[in-house]
Amino acid sequence: MQGYNFAYLDEQTKRMIRRAVLKAVAIPGHQVPFASREMPLPYGWGTGGIQLTAALIGPDDVLKVIDQGADDTTNAVSIRSFFARVAGVRTTTRTTEASLIQTRHRIPETPLRADQIIIYQVPMPDPLYRLEPSRPVARRLHAMVDYGAMHVKLYEDITRFGRVAVSYDHPVMVNQRYLMSPSPIPAFDNPKLHRSPALQLFGAGREKRIYAVPPFTSVVSLDFEDHEFNPQRAPQTCALCGSTTSYLDEMVIDDQGGRMFACSDTDFCEQQRQAQHDHAA
Amino acid sequence: MITLLEAHALHHRFGRTAALDDVSLTLRRHEILAIVGESGSGKTTLLNALSGRLTPQRGDILYDDGGGPRALASCGEVVLRKLQRARWGYIAQDPRSALRLDISAGGNIGERLMASGARHYGDIRAIATHWLEAVEIDPARLDDLPRYFSGGMLQRLQIAATLVTAPELVFMDEPTGGLDVSVQARILDLIRSLVRRLGLAVVLVTHDIGVARLLADRLIVMRHGRIVESGLTDQVLDDPHDEYTQLLVASVLPA
Ligand SMILES: Nc1ncnc2c1ncn2[C@@H]1O[C@H](COP(=O)(O)OP(=O)(O)OP(=O)(O)O)[C@@H](O)[C@H]1O
Ligand SMILES: [Mg+2]
Repeated sequence: MQGYNFAYLDEQTKRMIRRAVLKAVAIPGHQVPFASREMPLPYGWGTGGIQLTAALIGPDDVLKVIDQGADDTTNAVSIRSFFARVAGVRTTTRTTEASLIQTRHRIPETPLRADQIIIYQVPMPDPLYRLEPSRPVARRLHAMVDYGAMHVKLYEDITRFGRVAVSYDHPVMVNQRYLMSPSPIPAFDNPKLHRSPALQLFGAGREKRIYAVPPFTSVVSLDFEDHEFNPQRAPQTCALCGSTTSYLDEMVIDDQGGRMFACSDTDFCEQQRQAQHDHAA
Repeated sequence: MITLLEAHALHHRFGRTAALDDVSLTLRRHEILAIVGESGSGKTTLLNALSGRLTPQRGDILYDDGGGPRALASCGEVVLRKLQRARWGYIAQDPRSALRLDISAGGNIGERLMASGARHYGDIRAIATHWLEAVEIDPARLDDLPRYFSGGMLQRLQIAATLVTAPELVFMDEPTGGLDVSVQARILDLIRSLVRRLGLAVVLVTHDIGVARLLADRLIVMRHGRIVESGLTDQVLDDPHDEYTQLLVASVLPA
């Protein structure tokens, strides 16, 4: 692309972001401020994730972009074609082929490897945000490991709803030190954060924060001893590939109100079907 | 008796006002010390300094957690917050400022437990229930929001939420100040019986000599940021030496 630096951002900005990433990796779960740049996409489109991807991507990388599990939404397609254009990199929809995965709202079902980096788009990086609206006070609470209020919220959820009721963005403790928002992934995906071999990076563009979970780091979902964290999955089978273990989306399939359940992770679903097809042939 | 808390030559100014002017005191384990004096005499400033909520401009505060006296200023903010969250308590005049009104009574009582690591939901509820009973609130209100509690009930709830971690030292700033006179007496009785039963050390700020007489072992009288008299409560109140103390006692005690 003419008129742009490789991967859109100028080298100085990339270096600034990489320094923030290094710091984030050194302090797992700690939110590091960075000078978020304007991107040619609106904030809701994951500019935090895009800036991380732009700062880290190299000519040999293979990029996958996930939006709520799917590779083919407008958002995913736009981000993928953006990087194909401004960095000339290969893109893929297959988890196993990707070296860099930018995602919104899901972690792939296929386990990640040590040679992969996953970048999460984050709208609200601070899990204390709803409990403590003042930024400086929230920062002090993190510094003092003062997370009683978060447990009080879980206590109230159990008291009112009978369970730890957060089905998305369920808060986690990283490396037994920092309380962290896993971004709005389903609680079902939280266990995949724990001791993942892949480097996990989180970027919040509007809130100007980057944080990280280095490979093989402990990530524990908040819960109580007698009300253990117990993520829910629809008890159905995927109508397309028959999976009984993957996270399912419920979709309306006709205007008679007909519904079906199918894998949210479209690549996983395709691979399952491909395998069944190969097996039958 | 062992000294729990010690203040040496505290000074603190707000602009031209000397809120603390060379204040020194000691508090022993299990002792109840009242700070009395007219409005603006520096009582709250002193309490805030002793409890680590305000760093005085000059002077030292030493706390002995059993391992020898240690200056608050040298123990660092993390350690201080830990003390404040569990081994110390602070009961404010206005319970609304200390409680979370959109969280159930049980959640309010559980907060300090959870902040100190309690992770068993059933146990937390059992302890919260016990504490509601201890402060004479119907345990059936465990899951109710305190938003609709009366002032007296809110103060009871604040007391329960503070004492639940079995602190050894509790700071109180006019704990009955905002209540109706009829409610005040019952809360004072409650505080008195809990404090004795639990063996708490208390620093109590009040401008009500009657409250000091009822609760305190020892008394200090403040005026313009200075201690003008101190001693055993009965001695000071029955035989005040300082002129100001004489006025204070005379104006409040029934004839
Ligand atoms: N944050 C502040 N800024 C400026 N002046 C202050 C501040 N806090 C207290 N003061 C002043 O310091 C002096 C002591 O105040 P303090 O609140 O300690 O008195 P008090 O004995 O608790 O009074 P009261 O009985 O009215 O609560 C007063 O003159 C007060 O106006
Ligand atoms: Mg005061």
